[in-house]
Amino acid sequence: MANSKSAYSFAGKKQKPDTHIIVVWVDNEAGVLARVVGLFSGRGYNIESLAVAEVDQKQNISRITIVTTGTPQVIDQIKLQLKKLVPVHKVADFKREDKNVIFKEMALFKFVANNGKLNKAFKACKNYNPVILDKTNKSNVIQITALRREIDSMSKNLKKFGLVSVSRTGAVAMTRGSEIFK
Amino acid sequence: MSKLYSGAEIVFKCLEDQNVSHIFGYPGGAVLPIYDELKNFNSVKHILVRHEQGAGHAAEGYARSTGKPGVLLVTSGPGATNAVTALTDAYMDSVPLVCITGQVPTHLIGTDAFQECDTTGITRPCTKHNWLVKDVNDLAKIIHKAFEVATTGRPGPVLVDIPKDIQFQKAKYKLYTKPKKLNGKSHDNFSQKNIDDLIELISKSRRPIFYTGGGVINSGAKASDLLRELVYATGFPITSTLQGLGCFPADDNQFLGMLGMHGTYEANNAMYSCDLMINVGARFDDRITGKIDEFSPKSKKVHIDIDPSSINKNVKVDLAIVGDIKSVLTTTLKTFKKSKKNFSKSNKHQISNWWEQIQKWRSKRSLDYIGSEETIKPQYAIERLYELTKDKDTYITTEVGQHQMWAAQHYKFNKPNRWMTSGGLGTMGYGLPAAVGVQIAHPKKLVIDIAGEASVLMTMQEMSTAVQYNLPIKIFILNNEYMGMVRQWQELLHDKNYSESYTAALPDFVKMAEAYGCVGIRAKTPEELDDKIIEMLNSDRPVIFDCLVDKQENCFPMIPSGKPHNQMLLGPKDQKEKKITGKGRTLV
Repeated sequence: MANSKSAYSFAGKKQKPDTHIIVVWVDNEAGVLARVVGLFSGRGYNIESLAVAEVDQKQNISRITIVTTGTPQVIDQIKLQLKKLVPVHKVADFKREDKNVIFKEMALFKFVANNGKLNKAFKACKNYNPVILDKTNKSNVIQITALRREIDSMSKNLKKFGLVSVSRTGAVAMTRGSEIFK
Repeated sequence: MSKLYSGAEIVFKCLEDQNVSHIFGYPGGAVLPIYDELKNFNSVKHILVRHEQGAGHAAEGYARSTGKPGVLLVTSGPGATNAVTALTDAYMDSVPLVCITGQVPTHLIGTDAFQECDTTGITRPCTKHNWLVKDVNDLAKIIHKAFEVATTGRPGPVLVDIPKDIQFQKAKYKLYTKPKKLNGKSHDNFSQKNIDDLIELISKSRRPIFYTGGGVINSGAKASDLLRELVYATGFPITSTLQGLGCFPADDNQFLGMLGMHGTYEANNAMYSCDLMINVGARFDDRITGKIDEFSPKSKKVHIDIDPSSINKNVKVDLAIVGDIKSVLTTTLKTFKKSKKNFSKSNKHQISNWWEQIQKWRSKRSLDYIGSEETIKPQYAIERLYELTKDKDTYITTEVGQHQMWAAQHYKFNKPNRWMTSGGLGTMGYGLPAAVGVQIAHPKKLVIDIAGEASVLMTMQEMSTAVQYNLPIKIFILNNEYMGMVRQWQELLHDKNYSESYTAALPDFVKMAEAYGCVGIRAKTPEELDDKIIEMLNSDRPVIFDCLVDKQENCFPMIPSGKPHNQMLLGPKDQKEKKITGKGRTLV
């Protein structure tokens, strides 16, 4: 970069990035996801995972949960820029460490292995509400719900038990207690 | 039973309801039903441009000189993509535009039909919002909503994409009623505490400065009046961004000139050394701040802006006031007058050292240039143009480049909405069609496009529009045969390797003017310049003025790359001492 002849400035001092979970309530209309995602890509923000579905059929409201990393300044911008979009109703932002918020993600694991390994695999999942959704004599599909980083490490550690395919939903979030986010 | 209207009729019913008197456009297959209705709606006049980009810039010129939204009507596919530059330009400079595009019939969408493109997809990042109309019953609601979004909060462009079959289908038309609450997207939620804090800062400051921008202009003429009142009441110095020129009289002693990359020495140094910076409707753009880590290091910063996402985006501020400039300034003045009577007198002593310092910077006379008897210096040409037009209520548009900066430096604006220039996007070719739009809005006023020969060639075809509608716009070309700003950077940063910045074959602009059916005038020497300018001003027809200027002249002063505000590069004399080297080169 030192010899670059770009017409613009060098990046200044960098702050430390944090992981945040951004929840966005939007009108469920054509193109709304493209607007939200386009805002992230257009402004160079990260998306680590994204989960979206309609949550209110009557009012056509969808809830988008985005896991992102960014400096405090970037996270602020993400929230403010999202709030400017016409179909966006409200935006919530939680730090990953926030104790008052539940973050959960669902994953489906497919194992192809002998019975011994398949049993070990199931046992290894036992802390994460495992459910066997499908089973043959040489394979099974296990559903777990866990934190992002737990699923990250599980998908690494389970390789040895014959894990061949992983599908995950991306994190969704909900506050603890009786409070709801206004 | 109420009457049924076709989609095309509904478009015009909406435009009538929104008091739109002019639309800029270009017909094509997918908008023909709308063009067919044009004859039935006399209150809406259509201006036929020669390229859809021209329609967009003309609508921008119209909007910026009137404060009303500009409207353009173009066809699908290439019509829409040609308008994208203008939409992006309007988005960057916060200009309210409503763009109506035709689209292929609903059943053909997604089939790669003739002149089909994903218009809403393409324009999503360059509009505040856009709509693809899928049901004729939604059409009126959507168009009215489009006007609302374009004009409220921070203004900007919107787009409504109407498939051809929807233009034929029939529906009832519902009259527009202004919504009471604006979807939470309009932000006027500052508190009295904010204002009290601001006044506290104002009364304590010893080295204050107002830094004002296009937000003041966008807030309406009243905002400029209020700003003047506040600046006079405080006795503080004021500087303005490129887009804010005109909101404070440029010939007033409290005005330090424009700031930023090509701003004045006094404005930039005052920004660097101040202890209180009051940003009114500006956005800490990178052309303003220079090196961000060393931007005004010792000041408390106040930011007044209607767009909450502008706050702390580039520069962290100490006091943020989110609201419309007009209402913020109204409250501020009210509070200020109550608590600080005769402030400017009693405070005079507190800031007298500051003014002394500013006078020292001023005495550098950073806008000076070395005059010439033989060739026309571009700065001299602008100065003469200003002197000969200052008594008329003149509207100036520009293209992008050196001429733009010289115009900003040497043409003195005393009123808002008189200066239309592409700042954020920096669109060469903006000025000529913008002048068309301005002249449409102000038929009796003098409208001049200060242009460069390279820029103006990009949208030259709109001269034909000007001739068709008898728009006596004046295209004042500072012709140095170079893309001047590119040439300047190459001289200063790339070892004088003038790679592709010289236009070896230029048209004869005088003959070209004649070919278009307007007047061509050429000035070659400083001696004849005044007479030629007067000849231009006396003409009631469109004029292309080919002003042959010094080819080597550079635009100074300049913040050279990687440097903060206090290390400016002044004119040719100063330059020998400070050469731009190494790392600094990337910042220009």
